[in-house]
Amino acid sequence: MSTLLTAEYGVKDIVKSFGGAKALSGVSISVKSGEVHCIAGENGSGKSTLIKIMSGIHAPDRGLIRLGDKSFTKLSPREAVHEGVQVIFQDFSLLPNMTVAENIAMPTYILNNSRILSKKQTKEIASNALDLIGVDIDINTPVADISIASKQLIAIARATNLGVKMLFMDEPTTALTRKEIKRLFEVVEQIKARGVATVFVSHKIDEIQEICNTITILRNGEVVGDGLMKDFNRKTISQAMTGLDVSESRIAPKLEKTTKKVVEIKNFTTKPTFSNISFSIAPGEILGMTGLLGSGRTELAEAIFGQYPVDSGEIIVDGRPIQLNSSSKALKAGIGYVPPDRLTQGLFLEQSILNNLVSVGIDQYQSTGGRLSKTRLIEAGQHWIKDLRIKTNNPQNPVTSLSGGNQQRVVLAKWLAMNPHLMILNGPTVGVDIGSKREILKIIRDRAEEGMAFLVVSDDIPELVQICHRVIVIKNGHISKEFSEAQLDEKTLYEELS
Amino acid sequence: MNIKKLLLRNETALIIAIVVLSLVIGIKSPEFFTLANLFDIFRSSFVQLIFALGVLIVIISGGIDISFPAVGIFAGYTAVVLMQRFEWNPENLLLPIALAIIIGIILGAINSIAIATFGIPTLIATLGTSGIFRGLMLTFIGSSFISDIPVALDKFATADLLKIQPEEGTLARLHILIIPVAILAIFVSLLLTRTMFGRSVYALGGGVEATRRLGISVKRTQAKIYMLVGGLSGFAGILYVSLQRKANPYDLAGSELDIIAAVVLGGASIMGGYGTVFGTVLGVLLISLIKGNLILLGVSGSWQRAAVGALLLIGITVQALNESKKAKNRRVSTSDEVGE
Repeated sequence: MSTLLTAEYGVKDIVKSFGGAKALSGVSISVKSGEVHCIAGENGSGKSTLIKIMSGIHAPDRGLIRLGDKSFTKLSPREAVHEGVQVIFQDFSLLPNMTVAENIAMPTYILNNSRILSKKQTKEIASNALDLIGVDIDINTPVADISIASKQLIAIARATNLGVKMLFMDEPTTALTRKEIKRLFEVVEQIKARGVATVFVSHKIDEIQEICNTITILRNGEVVGDGLMKDFNRKTISQAMTGLDVSESRIAPKLEKTTKKVVEIKNFTTKPTFSNISFSIAPGEILGMTGLLGSGRTELAEAIFGQYPVDSGEIIVDGRPIQLNSSSKALKAGIGYVPPDRLTQGLFLEQSILNNLVSVGIDQYQSTGGRLSKTRLIEAGQHWIKDLRIKTNNPQNPVTSLSGGNQQRVVLAKWLAMNPHLMILNGPTVGVDIGSKREILKIIRDRAEEGMAFLVVSDDIPELVQICHRVIVIKNGHISKEFSEAQLDEKTLYEELS
Repeated sequence: MNIKKLLLRNETALIIAIVVLSLVIGIKSPEFFTLANLFDIFRSSFVQLIFALGVLIVIISGGIDISFPAVGIFAGYTAVVLMQRFEWNPENLLLPIALAIIIGIILGAINSIAIATFGIPTLIATLGTSGIFRGLMLTFIGSSFISDIPVALDKFATADLLKIQPEEGTLARLHILIIPVAILAIFVSLLLTRTMFGRSVYALGGGVEATRRLGISVKRTQAKIYMLVGGLSGFAGILYVSLQRKANPYDLAGSELDIIAAVVLGGASIMGGYGTVFGTVLGVLLISLIKGNLILLGVSGSWQRAAVGALLLIGITVQALNESKKAKNRRVSTSDEVGE
């Protein structure tokens, strides 16, 4: 145990190129057992390459991997597991068709080279693993039927069960609400107490400040900052990550006083999801909406876009009451909606960037006889690429070739091209890095300044404070509180939420 | 397991379908409810079931193999040709069966190379090899019908476990194959549920990337799967030749429909990850029942293929509907979690 407590894990002078492009140039990281270390960096900074090297998926060109008193020039996935390196990927890599018990127990069997499995042993392994992190989940349920937060905990139980010495968690909080994150952090503290070297990869600065002891910041494949977490603050981390001076002051444009309303919602009710929801949004106004898991905020947003049934209530768009029962009607009325899960709901992933950009409102590009005008399509696409600063050298490339932040901008552009009166954005900056986030918020602000109304649904309180004119908090399907511009403040919002 | 869950299970639905169909046929034509007819349904199911067990494994893994009839007849026919050419005429069945299984495994290995090594999509790979296998057999092995198959194979066609002569009507014969086939089904079931290999097959069907990250070799597992299916198809092929008492290189073409339909109706998900041996056994029995007895209902033989095709589509539609219903339930209960 004593050697474990002082052991160090990490890499030294790692270089890795992919076809000429350098992903990592001489990166060194060291994590002690019983420490939570943060790796921070924008998309493309080399974080994922580093994880893949440590878990044996990629071999480095040069450099050493150090695991306790052993050194390796490269690892195979099996060796990595044998040496106690475990990675919890963003998608958790669980098998939906198998039970919780089997998902947790499989790696143990693989590690022991077992050929025959016993149901009893599988259940024992799983119960023990869940007990170890103090989590209670029915182990006989298929993973397909459990919530994302539980999946996360199962992935941790699975990883920590294997005599793990170094545990990577890749963006573990992206899909979790505030309450679930708290629970996750409790579990991380337990793992830490057991002497595991934990590496936390995240964009969310307030979270890494809360949980991490030490930090390494990567930019373009190089270490641009490392040390004790307490020596860094929000601003210095952002600056190191982006290489820019990032300010998080309020950027919401000044709102003209007006009695005009773009959208009025009156007594929206669908029991038990939400009831008696009433609010209105003025031209150029950015209204924020937040709430915990199951509060009904996503359903409400979808209801305004006609994708979730509304039992009673009224919606008035530009002074005219409309019937909302399909998204095409909402579109016609001038309401746009960007869903939270852009990868499955907002984009045609295999299609080109250009095709995605022009896919909403494709009618605009018709020439006589209903044929699509190719030149007009290309012109429009290029306009958006330039306007939203989407980083690509060829608009014909598939959307999958873009980074998360750029993909999100494509989704935004696609909807902005419709010129909606009200734009509903659900989690507009989930999973994008600080630089992209800033760009996206700027786009929202610019459009609001031109008179477009926004409804921003988000968990990211600092973001809401930064951009919104007003924020409503949803609790159990009701509006529990409304914060005016003067009352907006991170601390009070957090308090209202929890 | 509670009653509601039991009723919702695919196997329960299949048993109900088999019982209802039997009753309908039986009411219209009483000769349906004879022991002879029951044993006939079994007899026509043996070869089908062995093929189906192989297909089940592939479908659970998220792939598909449509070359198994070609592999089966290639192995069966070639074994007979080899035995004739070298004048091997042993008393027992060991040699022809071993030959056919080995040939099946070799052909399965070719599928493995196409799929695991070159990463060709399984449907296309096996469609291609299916053509290659049949073409090679007809060109190099032979294209003529062989009616004087080795004695051991010929004798086996009438090896009965039970013979029951009712007071009136036809003699009911239960073929001895019921024992080895039952053992094989139990063996495959244990293989799938209790071994690391079996669970790897389910894992592959659940997600290729997740399986790889578990440290399971995707390629090695795929290679094993297609070789195993090849071996099973070879075994089925030689038994087919034996039961038919002739070796016809043009046989078994088109049987992929019946067998894939049986496996899918048995509850194996065409998307991979789900399926049981018990369900497959019921699926095979249902298809045999339809193919053998629809004629008693006055449905002409030419409608049988259409009926089986329709059943395949019904099976897949039911799966798709269940899946989207589940997804909807999940969405309503947890939709706030998505991506936030």
